[in-house]
Amino acid sequence: MSEEHLTETGRRTLLKAAAWGAVGLLVPVRIAAAPPKGLAVGSSTPTSFEPSAWIRITQDGRITLTMAQIEMGQGAQTGLAAIIADELEVPFDSVRIEQAPADKERFGVQATGGSTSIREGWKPMREAGATARQMLIQAAAQQWKVEVGSLTARDGDVVHAASGRRAAYGSLVEAASRLPHPDKVFLKDATKFRLVGQSLPRIEGSAKVRGTAVFGIDAAIPARKIATLAQSPEFGGRLQSVKESTALAVPGVIRIVRLPDAVAVIADSMPQAQKGLEALEIGWSSGPLAQLNTAEIYADLAEATTRPGAVARSVGEPGKADGRRIEAVYQQPLLAHAPMEPMNCTVHVTADGCDVWTGTQVATDAQQAVAKLLGLPIGKVRIHVYLMGGGFGRRLETDGIIRAVEIGRVVKEPLQVIWTRAEDMQHDLYRPAYCDRIWATVDAAGKPTTWNHRIAGSSIMARLYPEAFKGVDSDAVECAAQPVYALSDLRVEFARVECGLPTSWWRGVGPTRSLFVIESFVDELATAARQDPVAYRLSILTDPRAREVLSLAAEKSGWGAKLPAGWGRGIALANAFGGYIALVAEVSIEPKEEVRVRRVVAVIDCGRAVNPDMVRAQIEGGVIFGAGAALMSEITVANGRVEQASYSDYPILTMVNAPNVDVHIVEGAEDPGGVGEIGTAAIAPAITNAIFAATRNRIRTLPVSRSQPVWMG
Amino acid sequence: MKYAITVNGATRSVEASEDTPLLWALREQLGLQGTKFGCGVGQCGACTLHLGEEAVRSCVTPISAVGDMAVRTIEGVDQDALGKRVQQAWLDLAVVQCGYCQPAQIMSAIAMLRRIPDPTDEQIDSEMTVLCRCGTYPRIRAAIHRAARGGTVR
Repeated sequence: MSEEHLTETGRRTLLKAAAWGAVGLLVPVRIAAAPPKGLAVGSSTPTSFEPSAWIRITQDGRITLTMAQIEMGQGAQTGLAAIIADELEVPFDSVRIEQAPADKERFGVQATGGSTSIREGWKPMREAGATARQMLIQAAAQQWKVEVGSLTARDGDVVHAASGRRAAYGSLVEAASRLPHPDKVFLKDATKFRLVGQSLPRIEGSAKVRGTAVFGIDAAIPARKIATLAQSPEFGGRLQSVKESTALAVPGVIRIVRLPDAVAVIADSMPQAQKGLEALEIGWSSGPLAQLNTAEIYADLAEATTRPGAVARSVGEPGKADGRRIEAVYQQPLLAHAPMEPMNCTVHVTADGCDVWTGTQVATDAQQAVAKLLGLPIGKVRIHVYLMGGGFGRRLETDGIIRAVEIGRVVKEPLQVIWTRAEDMQHDLYRPAYCDRIWATVDAAGKPTTWNHRIAGSSIMARLYPEAFKGVDSDAVECAAQPVYALSDLRVEFARVECGLPTSWWRGVGPTRSLFVIESFVDELATAARQDPVAYRLSILTDPRAREVLSLAAEKSGWGAKLPAGWGRGIALANAFGGYIALVAEVSIEPKEEVRVRRVVAVIDCGRAVNPDMVRAQIEGGVIFGAGAALMSEITVANGRVEQASYSDYPILTMVNAPNVDVHIVEGAEDPGGVGEIGTAAIAPAITNAIFAATRNRIRTLPVSRSQPVWMG
Repeated sequence: MKYAITVNGATRSVEASEDTPLLWALREQLGLQGTKFGCGVGQCGACTLHLGEEAVRSCVTPISAVGDMAVRTIEGVDQDALGKRVQQAWLDLAVVQCGYCQPAQIMSAIAMLRRIPDPTDEQIDSEMTVLCRCGTYPRIRAAIHRAARGGTVR
């Protein structure tokens, strides 16, 4: 790797950082060659060697890897640590992981989402590990007065094969930390990987099994008080009146905090706070959404698809009249995140600043938001980041942290704000509802000659980056604007329609929506052409990686083999998040017409699989997450209020109805793709296509439970 | 009210009103935070622990109902061979993702395996009712079979 290359890497990192600012999901990472500010590099008595923001080696040989990325179950920290440790040539069990606090100067924007941790971290983390390794070798070469080329690094030692000399990294810390960063970074040859490509166990797995893993809700800051809250049940409503006396009479209740659109009860314990909240008599005033209901939301979306939207992409002559026209309209609901760990955040606002202890996917955004709210310099806000009991995009938002600070600023003690499950579900920022209209013309063989796709929905990007929004939500059109199929005359449009409810990222977001529509519609085209869904897809597919996962999924699932009566198979294909997946779902129709997903076969090509078992786990979990949503999850609205309040009215899959997912990994040498969302994004159409195969009933509206019962065991 | 309860083999003292959920007494007063709050209404099961031999939802179990029944939480699971075997099976099959529900899944599995040493898939389906948002169910099932058969079967 040349110096030019590194310089180029640095420039691209900056460019990406700018683009990421617009996307908000991807994480700019510092290049390894740049030493972090304020570290001991070149100082007189270095006791630790910190060649980059992520690596610290101390004289006692301890190796600490600081993770700017957070862990919410996706395994990013284990993967990133393996990538660094491999290049650094240290045993995996010798590294210790430390979660970085919010520190933009050191780590850039800290955001974990968009299935980016491994694919964006791959190169910089390798460079970081390799840089450190080279500097340690350089230090040994100087001490021993031998050529750098005569030394190798192995298992945390620098080794001189000719003389048999060996030096532990810890002993080289002082010398290495005085060295300049190397001009050239030499990455390992892929054939020499020891850790990358291994199914290493999750770093925090043992703690999670023993119950000692510390999540945000477990941040038991001494002397803390507990609060729980009620936010206006009607979105846009305001707090009108509160009769406090009954709540204050509850033992342990300390104080009631009124906010413009919420009220909180502070107590010594959570049950006391909950009792206090239940005892409060609260009056809410109505706002502009008082009449809003689900039917109106869907009607507005459908109406928007009858008019041209902003053009996301136009190629060739999509408007030409060319063959038989086929059209379909698809509808998808608002969705909640419903992570197992309800929203919670501990804050301590003092004269000296503000400490925040919480699980967040966006530590630096949170820091900025709190600083702004309290009028503090950024350095006075300390965000301590914890493990998350599920993120799925919910913790990419800072609303829960802001709420906690709004409440916590009125008391002198640390305050932990814990949301009830109902509050968590009714005050989410929801995956938008969408309506898609798609039409194509087909030739005599049934292949599309033109392709028009109009998407109507809320724009998350427009809310987050209003200046950059020019009419097309780049996330919403993902996968739709660049379909995996060979389509020469294509137009994709986006119409922004806001119903008034807050919307945000969700597992897969745009691709999850786009793929349900595209993969359903392609199936409809196959039916119209009287062709097998796999054969039809292959006939309009040139991308070799897509063809391979599709063909392999057909093979592994026994595509075409006879199924029992009332069963059906459906397939879906995706190119998203830097990888390819094909899913085959097998469903049966049970005696009472219930849909039961029996099995899912997945073939994933994510390029190099850094940790194959973690890849399998993400596909298994992602498929089950998406299958539950496709089958039966829907947030509905009546009079501006969300009607669901628990897992009984917002059901998710359980042990009895979660399908087994057989995952096959296509071994690839390409740089890693993301795997956290692609399974979720592609499963809905595999299921509805399977239902069609079983029943000839084409489901164009999600969830499936709107049109057919779902088997609950 | 003051309650003396037996938790993981030791007598512990809790000061709480009689309707205080066991979950919060453990978490807030005894510092046993492996048992999680998920829904507060006994639905999701993230708060599952053992009361006597039974797996119960501690978010809807009042402290006054504990009496002299032994409480076992995830922190005390490795005190017996079955508990250790279940935890090991969980590790062997890399079950956990976010991990929030897993202490409850493990408690639920142990209680079942005490009654049904080698459960069928159907028995697992009806006994294992703790929700997992990450979708680790197939691995939980496999880990239960592995633990049931002495840690040998995947």
